[in-house]
Amino acid sequence: MSLDRRQFLKIAGISSILGFGASVASATHTLWQKGLEPPQIEPNKDALIAKRWAMVVDMSKFKTEEDISKVTSACHQTHNVPDFRNPDGTVDEKFEIKWIWQEPYERTFPGAENQFMSEHIKEMPFLVFCNHCDNPPCVRVCPTKATFKLSNGVTMQDEHRCIGCRFCMAACPYGSRSFNWTDPRKALNAATENKAYPTRTKGVVEKCTFCTERLQFGKMPACVEAAPKDAMFFGDIEDPNSEVRKIVATQLTIRRKPELGTGPAVYYVIGGSDHA
Amino acid sequence: MLEKAFEGGKSYWAWLMFLGALALIGVYYYIQQFQFGLGLTGLNRDVSWGLYIGQFTFLVGVAASAVMLVIPYYLHDFKKFGKILILGEFLAISAVTMCILFIFVDMGQPMRIMNVVLHPTLNSVMFWDSVVLSGYLAINLLVGWVTLGADRKGIAPPKWIRFFIYLSIPWAVSIHTVTAFLYAGLPARHFWLSAVMAARFLASAFAAGPALLIILALIVRKVTKFDPGKEPIQAVGKIVTYAMFANVFLLGLEFFTAFYSGIPGHSLPFKYLYVGLDGHTELVPLMWTSTILAVLALVMLVFPSIRKKEGMLALACGSLFISLWIDKGFGLIIGGFVPNPFEEVHPYWPTMPEVLITLGVWAIGFLVLSMLYKIAVSVRERMAGIEIEH
Amino acid sequence: MKLYDGGKILIGLVVFLAFVLFPFYNNIGKVNAKPEPKTDTPEIQEWVKINGKKECVESKEFMQREHMQLLNNWRDAVVRDMYRVYVSTSSGKQFNMSLQNGCLHCHSNKKKFCDECHNYMAVKPYCFDCHIQPMEKEENKS
Repeated sequence: MSLDRRQFLKIAGISSILGFGASVASATHTLWQKGLEPPQIEPNKDALIAKRWAMVVDMSKFKTEEDISKVTSACHQTHNVPDFRNPDGTVDEKFEIKWIWQEPYERTFPGAENQFMSEHIKEMPFLVFCNHCDNPPCVRVCPTKATFKLSNGVTMQDEHRCIGCRFCMAACPYGSRSFNWTDPRKALNAATENKAYPTRTKGVVEKCTFCTERLQFGKMPACVEAAPKDAMFFGDIEDPNSEVRKIVATQLTIRRKPELGTGPAVYYVIGGSDHA
Repeated sequence: MLEKAFEGGKSYWAWLMFLGALALIGVYYYIQQFQFGLGLTGLNRDVSWGLYIGQFTFLVGVAASAVMLVIPYYLHDFKKFGKILILGEFLAISAVTMCILFIFVDMGQPMRIMNVVLHPTLNSVMFWDSVVLSGYLAINLLVGWVTLGADRKGIAPPKWIRFFIYLSIPWAVSIHTVTAFLYAGLPARHFWLSAVMAARFLASAFAAGPALLIILALIVRKVTKFDPGKEPIQAVGKIVTYAMFANVFLLGLEFFTAFYSGIPGHSLPFKYLYVGLDGHTELVPLMWTSTILAVLALVMLVFPSIRKKEGMLALACGSLFISLWIDKGFGLIIGGFVPNPFEEVHPYWPTMPEVLITLGVWAIGFLVLSMLYKIAVSVRERMAGIEIEH
Repeated sequence: MKLYDGGKILIGLVVFLAFVLFPFYNNIGKVNAKPEPKTDTPEIQEWVKINGKKECVESKEFMQREHMQLLNNWRDAVVRDMYRVYVSTSSGKQFNMSLQNGCLHCHSNKKKFCDECHNYMAVKPYCFDCHIQPMEKEENKS
């Protein structure tokens, strides 16, 4: 049979496309197999359950700088969050990764300050972290569902699936997300890292996960455990008997940027007082 | 037909070698970036998208602009665009190729790109962007191949290709609308949260793309025997003029909403870009350059006596292209991230590796463009004198 | 019969063969020993003391074939669906679904276990980019 060059190229082209498609199909066939299902898998019997996890933060209970740094260190230590520093010891703001940190009032609630407000109030520290919104823009934009909502209300991060497109970072109105601009292990100390938790690798986005891995074993989030008494409450806001529900129902609390309709699950108590 | 891309004189090969060298430099720095991480760029925790995504955004517009030739020719029988059509379609292919490459170099985990296909997320605009861009590339490849192949044989293309040509019209509009939706639906970024975003994108696309096409057509006429003709170029010039007026008008609308409302979320980014914010004025000279070039281009384009002189038209198009490249390929992206959600300014400026990778991608795009144009021109030169009805 | 462009074709063929046969002639003389993963870590010996025999999550044959798929399934079950406990099909025992705190708890010798087969097969799973590997007992940590 005689074949001219154009026909040969056409056949070669179509065969390559079909061959490539078939190799993709065969490589991914395992994905079409069913994953694991109960009863072969079970949740841990000690796991903490909730319909909707929420956090209440009372900054009036944080009396010293140390109170705050204990909380941020507990989180960052537990989760092997790297500490990138400039040669002069200051934080490297480009590579910086932070899950929980403090910002002054005027930055936490931009626009809420006024010109007659005292500097003291403007500078008042607030702990900020992922709000695990009801209506999270980050989840809406993620092209691979690498960030997604768990059924208990947590906005979770699947570091295995993240392609590092950083669309979620553009979408987050609270600046809660950090990207690994380089290998985080460069800024981690193997001697002090938490061997029970992984690190991340370069090219993925990370943020607070409400300590899902601790909740699964019946433990409270690391920040809540490290906070002073009655400073941070974590519970199921849909449970009328929970601490968080009682505080939010009876006291004045504010959330960050409520006008955006994101529905944050982190409530800041205003006025400070003794709770339950 | 395809072998024509490899048959050329000394200057053709010198040009390809030059582009190849630029591309190789880009590849070298990309390997560095792949090993170190995206920290090799100037991006930071606050400005997490920069030059790469800006180039992607700008080039989607250039790709969509082919529709400005397709509509008059196929829907309104404007036969004058007969010769220039293939140049527009091939420009679209080259532009979409660059878009895909810019996305690739911007990804933190490019090896996981298949996750977008394996875990399709219908609520994600980025997922839809990948769908419509791939589709647009496929359509243009098909239409370009079939119509040029038919030209080469001296016959009209088969009737079924009309379906894909008509499809390319709403599809072109969709690629740039979807790209605008990447920005226009984010509650976090008031600079982008505007209903006219997609309209602005389309207007600037239909100005910048055809402007580039005019320059390319003039170059083609100079270096080959293929002449798209004086009238088609003038007609495209008129399209560029109206589109640029629409674009500047829409930008003016954004300024009005930002400053008449006085809402800081909307106005602070404009302040940063055009007069500086908190002592940071990094982008001010660039944005004013863009403005001056835009005004210059419009003045030259609005007067037919100037526009009719092809040299002046080329200058105007060049000025317009650079102006829009600055505005859309850079200013628009940075403005969305400054100030950050805490109303602080953390500036961004690309690093040298970042710029060289960007140049490398442009070089690859122009390589594709040059080789495709070489094929088109060779076919046309061979068939010169024979007018073919599509 | 004349071979047109014969010079170019022959050079091209030689270059092609040089590329395609590279893995073969590059490894001539190198002896690749059969992988021998060691399962005698202190943690496994503890388990044997308590349970009387060596016992993994599933049988050795299953693990050799399927541990990659199993780990992928565990990953999705833990991260995305909040499960934590795996019930072994071979023994009915419950195991914590975790690479770092489960598998690597017993198999704490990555170089003598995981790497043995991975190196032989020239496979580089990127799990350990994130999942902290257990400290090698004799050597200094890297």
